[in-house]
Amino acid sequence: MRPVQMSSPVLTVRQVDAYHAITVVAPGIAERFRSGQFIAVAVGGEHSSMLTRRMFAIHEVKPDYGGTVEFLFTVRGRGTAWLAERRSRDLLDVIGPLGRPFPLPRDPVNCVLVGGGSGSAPLFPLAHALRRRGCRVDFVLGGATASRVFSAITARRIAETATVTTDDGSLGTKGRVTDVLPRVIDEACSDVVYACGPMPMLREATAVAMRYGIPIQVSVEETMACGTGICMSCVIPVVGEDGITRMARACVDGPVFRGERVRYDDVGTVPFDALGAPGWKARGGGEDRTREAG
Amino acid sequence: MIPDLRVRLGEWELDNPVMTAAGCAGSGRELARFFDISRIGAVVTKSVTVEPRAGMPAPRIAETPSGVLSAVGLQGPGIDVFLQRDLPWLLSRGARAVVSVAGSSVDEYVLLARRLSEAPGVTMIEVNLSSPDLARGGRHFAEDTAAAARVVAAVRETARADIPVFAKLPPDVADLVELAGECVAAGADGLAMINTVRGMAIDVDTRRPAVAGGMGGLSGPAIRPIAVACVYRVHAAFPEVPLIGMGGVRTGADAMEFLMAGASAVAVGSALFHDPSACLRVLRELEQELLDRGVERVDSLIGAAHRTAGAPGTAVG
Repeated sequence: MRPVQMSSPVLTVRQVDAYHAITVVAPGIAERFRSGQFIAVAVGGEHSSMLTRRMFAIHEVKPDYGGTVEFLFTVRGRGTAWLAERRSRDLLDVIGPLGRPFPLPRDPVNCVLVGGGSGSAPLFPLAHALRRRGCRVDFVLGGATASRVFSAITARRIAETATVTTDDGSLGTKGRVTDVLPRVIDEACSDVVYACGPMPMLREATAVAMRYGIPIQVSVEETMACGTGICMSCVIPVVGEDGITRMARACVDGPVFRGERVRYDDVGTVPFDALGAPGWKARGGGEDRTREAG
Repeated sequence: MIPDLRVRLGEWELDNPVMTAAGCAGSGRELARFFDISRIGAVVTKSVTVEPRAGMPAPRIAETPSGVLSAVGLQGPGIDVFLQRDLPWLLSRGARAVVSVAGSSVDEYVLLARRLSEAPGVTMIEVNLSSPDLARGGRHFAEDTAAAARVVAAVRETARADIPVFAKLPPDVADLVELAGECVAAGADGLAMINTVRGMAIDVDTRRPAVAGGMGGLSGPAIRPIAVACVYRVHAAFPEVPLIGMGGVRTGADAMEFLMAGASAVAVGSALFHDPSACLRVLRELEQELLDRGVERVDSLIGAAHRTAGAPGTAVG
């Protein structure tokens, strides 16, 4: 469904663990939303000198006031600092929902949801959607320290189990989410993995899922500038169904990809054999492959 | 009174003077989710190349004050897929398609011009001269006036006679007016200016250039005065040559600046990253500016700054 661009009033600004959370009234976005999608927010006001948008996964959608959307962030620069100063009734220029959502299983299978830091945000609406389909949901949430583990209490309420890890051991198991993931998969008899977080975490989670021979959907957190597919900045190498690697845009081709399709070790580069890279024709059948590229 | 927004670019008439800038509108599909692309003067595609191109590694874009620094590297599907998929789609939506082309040799530009001439529906060819010339160590064609003129002449000779050929010029060349003159002498039906300004930003944490390509092209309102000056100078030198002005257009008033400097049409570029419906908004604002000023025809503004008493010559500054 088409995204909409709207001037959305801020309903609430609150603090969730170490994160800022803003809820805006955005009925058009709320009604179109599917879990895994994100919004693109303009920062700095009408005559802003900041021309790129800031993208945020949608964390929660509610029916209040015709439809509200909540997103989370930490202050990392001038744009997010400006956002942190917004107050109720301020207007935000918001576009959404954007991006490929998490595909949902047809059957009521067992799903494990793995999130690192703020990457956990899109997993909460996903958990609700899966529960509505009768799926079992188990959470594995991680962060550097206790305050960075996002909404562990909410996770426990929604899910069958919620396992927490921190790098410093200040909450849950000391270590990384992927250290405990195999045990959770064993205990929950998980059929599917969903993961969102930094690239190294997604790579490890994909490796675990592959070892178990179960599918994994990952949501990448690439830096984006427009969110709409025109600036071509958020590209990562992704293998297509035809076996050809393309520089895929995280904003419109993703942010959700099948885990095993992402060439994690080549992120930040253009692989030699990617479509249109110097070596891609060496794979043979160049002309035909050009036509398949659509 | 509704102002008359029609403009002429040489032989070619446009319903209104607002277009997209090459490389800022994707294939058209992305923007069509936000507005009816048949309502603007034309959609200028991102530069089409002979072969598919993977482009530069990430990071490709850095935000700078009122600007966007980018080094995308012409990622695109190549001419075959463009003709099979993208062009027919643009035409099916009623858009006027201006096709930007980029080659790494004169032969590649010729091939692109021939393929586009065989396809129905191409409104105009825009020749991107800021593409590395492989025969000459990757220097941009535009950096050598003679090389740029050879490309323009070859495209003009190859392209169907009823398809106008415009040359897209970057601002940071030794002598822009000379380059413009040589392109016109080589057969260009008009000029589009400006391409991005070469720039660099450095990430002080990683101690590396902020875009993987090192240098990038700067766009956005930060470069608008540079762009307006380029249009002004070239229009002063060649008042008969149709110009498409671009560089940091964000509002209707910005578009008027380019028209008054001598452009007959105006393209919206990186403002689309911020506001995907910027083209229609700029058009609406332009119409309102005309109404507010009692201007009946938008084309009466073209070059107006040159006709005002005491207009500066181009030697100033």
